[in-house]
Amino acid sequence: MSVEETYLEVGSAGVVEKQFFTYAQPPHEMILESGASLGPITIAYETWGKLSAKRDNAVLVAHAFSGDSHAAGFYPDEPNDAKPGWWDSMVGPGKGLDTDKYFVICANILGGCMGTTGPSSINPETGAPYGLDFPMMTVGDIIESQKILLDYLGISSLHTVIGGSVGGMQVLEWCVRYPEMVRSAIPIATTMRHSALAIAFNEVARQAIMVDPKWNRGNYYDSERPDLGLSVARMIGHVTYLSDEAMRRKFGRKLQNKANFSYGFDVDFMVESYLRYQGSQFVKRFDANSVLYITKAADYFDLVNREPPAKSIQDIRGKPIKFLVISYTSDWLYPTYQAKELIQALKRADLDVSFCEIEADCGHDAFLIPDKRLGTLIGGFLDGVPRN
Amino acid sequence: MVFPETEQMRFDLQVIASWIDPGSRVLDLGCGNGELLAWLTVHKKVSGVGIELDEEKAASCIANGLSVLQGDFNDEVDDYPDKRFDYVILSQTLQQVYEPARLLYSLSRIGRRFIVSFPNFSHLSIRLQLLLKGMAPKSEELPYNWYDTPNIRVITLKDFRNFARDVGYRIVEETAIKTDHHANYGRGVKSLSNLRATYGIFMIEKEA
Repeated sequence: MSVEETYLEVGSAGVVEKQFFTYAQPPHEMILESGASLGPITIAYETWGKLSAKRDNAVLVAHAFSGDSHAAGFYPDEPNDAKPGWWDSMVGPGKGLDTDKYFVICANILGGCMGTTGPSSINPETGAPYGLDFPMMTVGDIIESQKILLDYLGISSLHTVIGGSVGGMQVLEWCVRYPEMVRSAIPIATTMRHSALAIAFNEVARQAIMVDPKWNRGNYYDSERPDLGLSVARMIGHVTYLSDEAMRRKFGRKLQNKANFSYGFDVDFMVESYLRYQGSQFVKRFDANSVLYITKAADYFDLVNREPPAKSIQDIRGKPIKFLVISYTSDWLYPTYQAKELIQALKRADLDVSFCEIEADCGHDAFLIPDKRLGTLIGGFLDGVPRN
Repeated sequence: MVFPETEQMRFDLQVIASWIDPGSRVLDLGCGNGELLAWLTVHKKVSGVGIELDEEKAASCIANGLSVLQGDFNDEVDDYPDKRFDYVILSQTLQQVYEPARLLYSLSRIGRRFIVSFPNFSHLSIRLQLLLKGMAPKSEELPYNWYDTPNIRVITLKDFRNFARDVGYRIVEETAIKTDHHANYGRGVKSLSNLRATYGIFMIEKEA
């Protein structure tokens, strides 16, 4: 069987259950990068495959901004027509992250709203949701919480840490904080720091939420939620995840269920309808305050300008980590030039780096779209990473 | 890792492979499907890096366990520190490089030694075509027309030796070979090489 065929053999990751781990019980709160303390902290996570007896086959998947721990498979109580996890094309038997070989872990990030402690969680001091009392967390804090989870699971070495977008930032942060634990790293469609363009889009999303009167300075959990603001935030987000090419191909100037303009402000164009739909779906599953916190953490992330004691790429000079950097030709949120800046930094620090720019017209979100090239590339790369 | 049998490799790559010391650090520019790098990794335990412009080829190298960067090697070489590699290899590409002097200088900076192979433009059959037909020569090695050729540099073995001497590059190995285009067999040419060899292969060290 050829390499290509091996990674194309599709198998479902099957049924998976969300698990929870709680730590930092007061008075032993976790001290965050900002100096604030937080506790208790619950991490929601899921795992696929089996941890080997030598504990040398663990793979950590870091999810993107609006993702969750449900990377693949189905929950036990889901209806038959339920959608599988967000990276089902990548995680499963015979897939790029082959669950016959690897023990795959994915945890919801700190500040999120899918089971891990975030602004919508209960503040033990008040008995009510944190809202804006939730301390500002960073990508570094996310990594520290994942490290504690791995300690709990008895994992001291990762075959790889992999993730796209904000997940890619976590991959890089893992490498500089715990280089001895990471044998390989796969940052996808990501950057060492946000450009002004990326910060600008995030700021528009945050403002959309904060100008919604129902946001009420983050205190909305016992009343109506800022659904309008959150849905506009998602609309602008979606534009940044697509590309000019993909939008031309998908929508063009096509009209939605009509032959003529309405000469008003109802939906005329198909792209308007699509964005409104995406916005309306997002409010059903995501918390507006989590958007504020996570986008800000992504904006603060900067692997270029770092003062000690914060770790940078220079601190891992010559370490035996195999990097595979992947970018997409039509990604305008984190364009290929930003991947190249990362590669340049890795090369200058004498690190082992491979790079592939995948030709795709679907923009930033391309890494989430099933594509056999990505699975083959990652599966083959991981086969070449030494186990110890 | 998938790797070729020695006899299956393109003949000039077999010669180049024989010059590489075991355990060394190797950069292969325009590494294609990575056959030389894979061979060197398996047989000589080198720590190898490749640069390849084509996405599909770069991806197949990476999926085979090689460290390969997709990109233009003219730019990529600039990011490496001095003497990062023991050998930098540029096989059958020098004739397509826009700024060969600048590129070769970069290779001498990042590598202790560099190896180049290129088609010999002063081969007898090429000379005869120009002389007898009065037309730009074509051959198995250089099969293009004047208007569509990627081979923008006309190099002969003698030109290269003169260039090396002028810029202070010491030729530590030189082999002139006669081989069919992309064939895995061939032979060395000892006498009248500038006239009889179809390819030249040189290993260079920069004089201190």
